Amino acid sequence: MIAKKKQSKVFIKTLPKNLFSGFVVSLIALPLGLGLALASEAPPISGIIAAVVGGVVVALLGGSNVTITGPGNGLVIVLLGAITTLGGGDLYAGYLFTLGAIVCSGVFMLLLGFLKLGRLADFFPASAIEGMLAAIGLGILAKQFHIMIGHNNEHGSIISLLIQIPEGIIGLYNNFHLEEIIAASIGVVALLIMIFYSKIRNKYFQLIPAPMWILILSVSFSYVFQWIEVPYPMQEQFLVNIPDKVLSNLAFPDFSKLRDSDFIVAVFAITLIASIESLLSIKAVDKLDPQNRRSNVNKDLKALGIATTISGLLGGLNVVTVIARSSVNVNNGATNKSANFFHAIFLIVFVLLFQDQLRRIPLAALAAILVYTGYKLATPRNFKKIAKIGKEQVVIFLVTLLTTLFTNLITGITAGILITFLIHILINKSISLFVTHLAKPNILMFKEKDSNNYYISVKYFCSFLNFYKLKNTLDVISEDQNVVLDFSMCDFVDHTVMEGLDNYVDTFSNKEGNIEIIGLDKHGADSKHPFAIRKLIPLAKIGSIEKYFTKRQTLLKTTAQEFEWNYNPKRDKKTQFLKGFIFFKTRKIPYIYNVISDQQNRYNVFDLEFTEGEFIAREVVKTTLLHIDLHHQIPLFTLDKEGLLDFVYGLAGFKDIKIDNHPDFNKRFYLSGENEAELINLFTDELILFLESNPYYHIESNGTSLIILKKERLLSVQEIKAMIYFGKQLSALFLKAL
Amino acid sequence: MNILESNRIAHFFEAKLILLHVGEKTKEKQFKLADVLSEISYPDVPTEIEWKQGNPEKLILETCSIAKIDLLILGALQHENKFQFYVGSIARKLTRNVCCSVLLLIKPSANRVPCRHVVVNGLNDPGTPFAIEQAFYVSSALGAQQITIVEEILPKEIHVTVEDDRTLKKANIIKERIALREDSRIKSIISKIPEKFTVNQKVKTQSIFGKRGYSIGHYAEVVRADLLVMNAPKKTGLWDRIFPHDIEYILSDLPTDLLIIRQQN
Repeated sequence: MIAKKKQSKVFIKTLPKNLFSGFVVSLIALPLGLGLALASEAPPISGIIAAVVGGVVVALLGGSNVTITGPGNGLVIVLLGAITTLGGGDLYAGYLFTLGAIVCSGVFMLLLGFLKLGRLADFFPASAIEGMLAAIGLGILAKQFHIMIGHNNEHGSIISLLIQIPEGIIGLYNNFHLEEIIAASIGVVALLIMIFYSKIRNKYFQLIPAPMWILILSVSFSYVFQWIEVPYPMQEQFLVNIPDKVLSNLAFPDFSKLRDSDFIVAVFAITLIASIESLLSIKAVDKLDPQNRRSNVNKDLKALGIATTISGLLGGLNVVTVIARSSVNVNNGATNKSANFFHAIFLIVFVLLFQDQLRRIPLAALAAILVYTGYKLATPRNFKKIAKIGKEQVVIFLVTLLTTLFTNLITGITAGILITFLIHILINKSISLFVTHLAKPNILMFKEKDSNNYYISVKYFCSFLNFYKLKNTLDVISEDQNVVLDFSMCDFVDHTVMEGLDNYVDTFSNKEGNIEIIGLDKHGADSKHPFAIRKLIPLAKIGSIEKYFTKRQTLLKTTAQEFEWNYNPKRDKKTQFLKGFIFFKTRKIPYIYNVISDQQNRYNVFDLEFTEGEFIAREVVKTTLLHIDLHHQIPLFTLDKEGLLDFVYGLAGFKDIKIDNHPDFNKRFYLSGENEAELINLFTDELILFLESNPYYHIESNGTSLIILKKERLLSVQEIKAMIYFGKQLSALFLKAL
Repeated sequence: MNILESNRIAHFFEAKLILLHVGEKTKEKQFKLADVLSEISYPDVPTEIEWKQGNPEKLILETCSIAKIDLLILGALQHENKFQFYVGSIARKLTRNVCCSVLLLIKPSANRVPCRHVVVNGLNDPGTPFAIEQAFYVSSALGAQQITIVEEILPKEIHVTVEDDRTLKKANIIKERIALREDSRIKSIISKIPEKFTVNQKVKTQSIFGKRGYSIGHYAEVVRADLLVMNAPKKTGLWDRIFPHDIEYILSDLPTDLLIIRQQN
C-alpha cells in the first residue's frame, strides 16, 4: 500500500512535465499524422485517428514507459500498396478494404502478444532491416517529392517515380502554372526549415518543433491573402481535406474481400512491418529512457493490437510505436505513459478547435516534412556505416533494398534473410555447421560461485538464426551484474549478434553492470569495425589478425595507458621464461599475446595459450597470467587452494608445508616447496593475513620471479585490473620479507 | 587403445575384465590381440576373452545379461553426423538398451591420463542418489580430486517469464530459492555416502539454468572435466531422437568420457 501511495505521489509530481512533453509531441504528431495518411493515399484524418486511439489505448494498457504511438513511417509503403491494389483504381474503396485489413492485423498483433512473440524482430539480420528501412525511405521520398513541388498526380512504381524527379523539376519551368509554383515554393521553403531547424540554436525558436513551424507559417501565409483581400491562389486540391464534422463522418471498414489473396497478403505485410517497426522502436526507446526501465514488449504488442483494431474500426491507420516522436518525448522530460495519453488529448483538441485552419494547410508543406523523413531513413550515411562493417553487409543491404524497390517489402525482407544465410554458408564454406547445430541449444549460463559473475559460454555458431537464444539468456540477468561472455568455443559470430550485443553492453553499463566479451581475439575479421563478422580461422592462416582489435583488446590498451604501461597485442613465441615454473612442466606454451607490461618490464600481464597432453588427448586452454620479476632470489614454492592442483606437485618432490599458528591458512591454502625453513621465514604474518583476506589466486615462484593465475580461462579486463593490483601488493610484501 | 584403457580401469576397480570380440576368430586377429595384451600395464587383472559371431549389438546385450556384467566399456565417436544421429551407431544403441552401466570413452590413450575432475548430474530424479554415490565411488577409485555436482534447473520450474524489471526481480528470487533448495537436496544425498569415498575429494555444487541434458555437457566441456556421470535415460525411441532431450544431446556431441549409471534390478 505504501508503495502504491508513493507511486501516485510521484505520478502527480511529474504530471506537469508529462503534460508539457505530451503537448510538444502532439505538435509534431499533428503534421506527421496528416502527412503519413496522405502519403498512404488515405484521408488525412485517418492518421490523426490512429494517433489518438494509439495514445489512449497504449497509455492505458501498454507495457512500455516513454514511447509514443501513432501512424508509422514504415507502414506508408505497405498501406499505399494495399490501398491501390485492393481498391483496383478506386482509392476510397481501397481505403475501406485496407481498414478491414488493418482490423485483422490488429487481431494478429494481439495474438502475437499473447504468444509472447516479442522476439519476432530478432530473427531479421541487422543489415537486411537497414536495407528495408532504406527502401521505405526511398519510397516515401520518391512519391512525396512530386507532391512537394506541386505535382499531385504522379503515380507509378518507386523506381519510376524516382526517375521522374528531374523531369518534374524541369517541368516546373516549362509549363508555367501559378498554383504549382506557389505550392512548390512553399514545399521548398518547408524542406529548408526541416533541414536547417536543428542548426539554429535559439531557445525560443526551438520551443516549437520544425513541422509545427511549417504548419504555422504556411497557414498564416494563407491568412495574409485574406488580409490583403486577394483570393488565395491555391485550389482545394492543393490543400488538406478534412471532413466538416469529424466525429460524425468516420469511415468504417469493408470486410467483403476477406478471402481474397490480395487481402490476406496485405494483412500479413501490415502485421509484419507494424510489429517489426514497433519492436525495434521499443528497444531503441528503452535505451533512451533516463530511468533505464525495461519495457514489457509482449504487453505492448497486445496493447498495440487492440489499438490497431479500434483505430481500424473507426477509420484510422495502424498504430505502431514510433521512434522519432518517442525521442522527442524523452527529450522533453516525459517520465511515464501519461505523456502518450496527453499527446492524444491535445490532438483531439487541435482537430476540434482548428478545423478551419487545418484545411488551409498546403499539401506541399506536409510533403516536405515527409521528404525529409524519407531522406532520414535512406540517408547515404547509413550506407557508409554498413560499408565500414564489411563487404558482405553491403551485399545484404543492397539485395534487400533493390528487391524491395522492385517487388514489395515481404519479398525484399525474405531475400535479405536468404542472402544473409547464403553468405554465412559461403564464408564458413560449410552448410552443416548451421544445419546440424541450429536446433541444438548452444548456450550455457551459470553463476560462478567464487566471484558471483555470470558466465555464459556459446558453442557452435551464433548468428541471427539463433541469437534469440543468447538474448533469452541475457534477458534473465539483472543489468547490474557482471557477465563474462565467452565465445571461444564458438566458430562463427555474425554482425547481427555483434551489434545486438553492443546494445546489451550499453544497457548493462547504464545500470552499472558489465558485460565483457572474451574469446573473440582469435577470430578473424574482415574489417576494423567492432560489429564485423567474426569467424574462427585455423592457426596457420592467421596473418595479421592483430590489425583488427576486439573490444577487449581496445580496453586492454586503455588499461595499459591508465597505468602508463605498454600494450602489445602481437603474438610472441618467446615463452622460454615460463618454462621454469612447475605449472608449465607438463604444459606446452605455443605463444603469448595481448601483453601489458610496465616501464621496467617487471610486471607482465598476458594471455597465453597452452596445451595439455598430446595427440588425441591434447587440449588447448587459454588463460591470463601475471608474471612478476622480483630481481631477488626467492625460494621455490607453489601456493594453491587446498586440494585443487596438488596432483601436479606430488610429482615434483614437493611437500605440503604447514605454518604454525595459522590453522585457517593451512586449511584453505596448499603451500608446497622444497626448502621448508626458508619458506616459513618468507611467509610472515602480514603476508598470510594479506593472502587470507584477498580473493584466491594460484601463485608460484621459480626462484627469481612469480606467476599469478586466477582461472583456466581468459580474464575480463576488470579481473585483470584486480589481478595487477593484487600482484603489486603481493610483490611488495615479498620484497619486504626478503 | 581401448583395451589398454579398459585394463587400467579394471585394475582401479579391482574387477575382472571380459573382452568380447564379435566376428570371426582368425589366427591373425588372435595374434593381434595377444600383441595388444602383452602391452597392458596391469597384467595381474584377470582377463577373459570371448569370441562370438553374429549381430554385435544383440550379442553384447546377451553377454551383458548372462555374465552379469557391471560395466560395459565402449569406444565412441565424439561427434555424430546427421545420419548416425538418426540411425544410431552400435555404441549408441547399446547405450540405450543395455542392462548395466556404460562407460563411453572418447579419447582412450595408451598412457595413463589422470582423471582429475568428475562432473555428475544432480537432477531431481529417483536415480540420482545412486548415480552420485557411484560417481563418488568411481572418482575415488580413479583418484580424481574434484567432483562437481551440477543441478540443472529447468526454465519451466521458474514459472515467471521475464518481460520487464518486475518479473525479472521475481524470477531471480525464485532462482535463488531453487538453487538453495537444490543445494540442500544434494548435500543430504552426499551426507549419506560412506565417508571413505568422499574423504579425499573436493566437492562442489553448481546450479545451472538451461536445457536439461544439454547444459551439463556444455558445462563439462567448459570446466574441462575428465569424466561425466549421468543417470540412465528412462525410455528412448526414435521419437526422442527427433525431439532430442536429456541424454541425447550429450550422446550426439560427447564432451568428455561419459559414464551412464543404470541401477540393476
